[in-house]
Amino acid sequence: MTGITLDLLLLQVFTGLALGTIFVLLAVGLSLIFGLLTVVNFAHGAFFMVGAYMGVYLLGVTGSFWFSLVGVPLVVGVLGLVVERALIRPLYGRGLDYPLLLTFGLGYVLVDLIRIGFGIEGRTFSTPAALQGSVDIGVGHFPLYRLFVMAVTALLLLALWWLIEGTRYGLIIRAGARDPDIVRVLGVDVSRVWLLVFALGTALAGLAGILAAPMRGVYPEMGIPVLIEAFVVTVVGGMGSLRGAVVAGLLIGMVVSLTSLVAPPMANISMFVVMALVLLLRPSGLFGRAGLMG
Amino acid sequence: MSALRTALGRVVALCGPHRVAVMIVFFVVFPWLMPYKALAINVLILGLFAVGFNIVFGYTGLLSFGHAAFFGLGAYGCGIAIARYGLPWPLALGAGVLLAGVGAVLIGGLSIRRRGIYFAMVTLALAQLVYYIFYQAEPITGGENGLRGVDVRTIALGPVALDFLAPTVKYYFVLVFVSLALWCLSRVLESPFGAVLEAIRENETRARACGFDVDGTKLAAFVLSGLFCGLAGGLKAMHLSIVPTEVLHYQTSGLVVIMALLGGMGTFFGPFVGAAVFLLIEDQVSLVTAQWQLVAGSLFMVFVLFFPNGIWGSLLQWVGRAP
Amino acid sequence: MSQSHSVARRYFLKTTAAGIALAAAGIAPRRARAQAETIRIGFPVPLTGPFGTEAKDQVAAAEIAVKEFNDAGGLGGRRAELLVRDDKLNPGEAATRTQELIEKDKVHFVVGSLSAAVQLSVNAVTKARGVIFVSISQSDAINEAKDWSKYTFHEALNPHMTAGAVGRYAFPKFGKRVVFLTADYAYGHEMVRGFQRAGQPLGVETLADLRHPLGTTDYSPFLPRIQALKPDLLILSNFGKDQVNSIKQATDFGLKKTTRLVAPVLLYTARLGGGPEAFEGVVGGTSYYWRLEEKVPSARAFNDKFRAAQGGAVPSDYGALGYAGVRSVLTAAKGAGSTDPEKVITTLRALKYDWYKGAQYYRGCDHQAVQSVLIIESKKAGAMKNPQDVFDIVHIDPPDESTLRSCQELGHKA
Repeated sequence: MTGITLDLLLLQVFTGLALGTIFVLLAVGLSLIFGLLTVVNFAHGAFFMVGAYMGVYLLGVTGSFWFSLVGVPLVVGVLGLVVERALIRPLYGRGLDYPLLLTFGLGYVLVDLIRIGFGIEGRTFSTPAALQGSVDIGVGHFPLYRLFVMAVTALLLLALWWLIEGTRYGLIIRAGARDPDIVRVLGVDVSRVWLLVFALGTALAGLAGILAAPMRGVYPEMGIPVLIEAFVVTVVGGMGSLRGAVVAGLLIGMVVSLTSLVAPPMANISMFVVMALVLLLRPSGLFGRAGLMG
Repeated sequence: MSALRTALGRVVALCGPHRVAVMIVFFVVFPWLMPYKALAINVLILGLFAVGFNIVFGYTGLLSFGHAAFFGLGAYGCGIAIARYGLPWPLALGAGVLLAGVGAVLIGGLSIRRRGIYFAMVTLALAQLVYYIFYQAEPITGGENGLRGVDVRTIALGPVALDFLAPTVKYYFVLVFVSLALWCLSRVLESPFGAVLEAIRENETRARACGFDVDGTKLAAFVLSGLFCGLAGGLKAMHLSIVPTEVLHYQTSGLVVIMALLGGMGTFFGPFVGAAVFLLIEDQVSLVTAQWQLVAGSLFMVFVLFFPNGIWGSLLQWVGRAP
Repeated sequence: MSQSHSVARRYFLKTTAAGIALAAAGIAPRRARAQAETIRIGFPVPLTGPFGTEAKDQVAAAEIAVKEFNDAGGLGGRRAELLVRDDKLNPGEAATRTQELIEKDKVHFVVGSLSAAVQLSVNAVTKARGVIFVSISQSDAINEAKDWSKYTFHEALNPHMTAGAVGRYAFPKFGKRVVFLTADYAYGHEMVRGFQRAGQPLGVETLADLRHPLGTTDYSPFLPRIQALKPDLLILSNFGKDQVNSIKQATDFGLKKTTRLVAPVLLYTARLGGGPEAFEGVVGGTSYYWRLEEKVPSARAFNDKFRAAQGGAVPSDYGALGYAGVRSVLTAAKGAGSTDPEKVITTLRALKYDWYKGAQYYRGCDHQAVQSVLIIESKKAGAMKNPQDVFDIVHIDPPDESTLRSCQELGHKA
């Protein structure tokens, strides 16, 4: 590959960072549910897709992207509450497989319900007027909207970090993840914590959906590749580690970006190479705890 | 209802020791119960695939997300041998099984010490690499267009040449191989090796403490599983007369997990029941509505919530024989 | 105890009897196959999946052709019937479904498919069983001698024709320095080859051919390099959602300021799904666009029939192919006075027709439909007269065998 200038390389690295933040955004909800509830949420991609469609709907009703951006996580979070109560709760303590099959089925159902409600051909989702166009970042042009997504993700991660590390709820969540029985003995309603964590995880998936919509469009199958990407990031980072998800997301974004520059057809496979290497060298991911759900 | 239950219980009790024989008898009449034979053949093939997957999943408790690799290696191995090298089908089928076995040794060797979801993801990653290699090797594999020319028109049986394009012939041809495979598996599970597998599934730490070579046994089970899946793949290539790239796709890995869970993992018949039910639903519902995924998805959820041992497992439980 | 046993046995016998009856019921319809010889056309299309809209259009359009045929008296009173199957855009499923259609439903013809891989898989099944197949999706491989079947006819364009026509229009107009962003599979590679062949005599220079994995959702890592190369043309040799997303994201990266975006096949539905802003000014090719009715009478006639049947909707490009494929094969059967494959092949090979887009015929050596390629440009939101008015037809590349790869090059003797 000739013609790789320093400017191009820098722009490529920056693009990788931006892509990485999108990966983090996709993965963080999954990681939360995965790490704390040991539920392999195969419907994560479907919640992401539902988030995008709820965005289309709310935008149509209110005409405001900003209102929709706030509304979507709430709507999808409520959906998550219902799902946890009605479908996931009976399966706690039954191992990895049952929630997996259930959420797989749920994914099918959500996709088809959206097809029935919104049609099969997909919807357009315009970039909000204030965030359209590209800006010169010194080494090339970069879409303004992607900068916005980076900022939102950063804020979101700070808020999550504060919630988990700095509040009483976070303390319970962390303790509950470590040993639910002890927490229960101490008089805390663990099932309530799990309910909220599941809702939070789905809300984050939904938020990722509406944020991705102006970049990737909105269609019923949009969650399928997202599910895999989110799993890869979560596992490379190490399950149950939010820090791991962030580091792994950025790492994979960078790897995909640089691979795209030097060997474009390998862009997708590169993330699996990273995953294979990481797991062969560090059996529990970069920041995972050994033996979790072993 | 309770009389039916007792009756079924007795039938199951009678069948237990002759499970392979019973299964074969059932499959002899099976095509007449299915809407069409190409679907019946798919049930046999994917049923065998699920049975092979179940050796790892149901009997050692390792959840693999990469079993499409072995199915696909079997299919491509067999398909390439016929389409590119003009080998006769018995050799080609053998080549497919062998290739899948080699793949299982490599992937199993790298992944077998991982646990839980990490094992699942290592197998997924390695299977994706296999997918990528075959996808890119277009001159040999046909790439995304798929491998064409896996053309088997007749099966020579001594002086008789059977018309392989006749669906009935093809069905019983596949059934012969599936039956042989099931008989082999049944023997293996009854052998001391099967007992060790059982011990590992029950309690790995205890099995290790008893002096069993746990990792070695797991790897052996993994390779055995790969061989069965490879056979299923080879038969798939002959059945379709093409090898589509989807045989190696992660969705195929997902499909086999779903079929095994739906039927009842860790039971002998379960995976077959899962494959049959899944394919039948997909086939029949998609004739009526494009929303077949809604029906299939709802059904999975009902099964997980109310029949957690899968269809076959729940049936066994209902007639009083714990799976 | 003994009583419960005998009860159980009786139940057992009953259930066994029921089972046998059920099995017999499965056999019975086969024996009692009605000899009321309707002409059965198997129609595998991807009803579920990302091209469901096209598939539904194809079914609707094909039903119009069937109805026309039946209303005109059929083939000496024999009516036609369409047997629609969902191939799920999956070659394995398509092969199984085609076997079902041939072995169980005993179809006389197969029309359908909407992807190169599915098309080749249906072709493999029909070829081995000697069943006529009219394919309605694009692929270069299927024209080549290795995959060719005398039973198969290609109603759709192929990548070589499409890319060639678009290239001949775009290179002189927009410039000669070209970057390709190509979906990494045969269809994408074939399109690039078509463009390069058309560009060679014009002195077109390929700056880069970036191959992205099929189904990529985020194109941002490919775009900085394209930005740095500053080509005159960025040719997106991809399809469907890949095309929508790559065009959208290239626009977001500001590429349109310096570069003209070109796509070999510009889908009507992709444009509807992608929106006018992203697609504004994008030039591409198509086999059909409804506004051809302004120039071609048969297009108007077809559109009117489609509108009447579909509540005012207009047919999409791939939808229209469903009509053409079915009409061709039924017309040929009528001409041959039979559904015998050999006779129908003879009439199909001799067919000169104008079903919906002007004059067409199947080339002798590879059965490729020689037809026009429309060059279209996506309109500004402000210039659209109605939601269906998304493209302008800027040029029509006329049907001409010399724009196809020669029979010798494809490996055919004749």
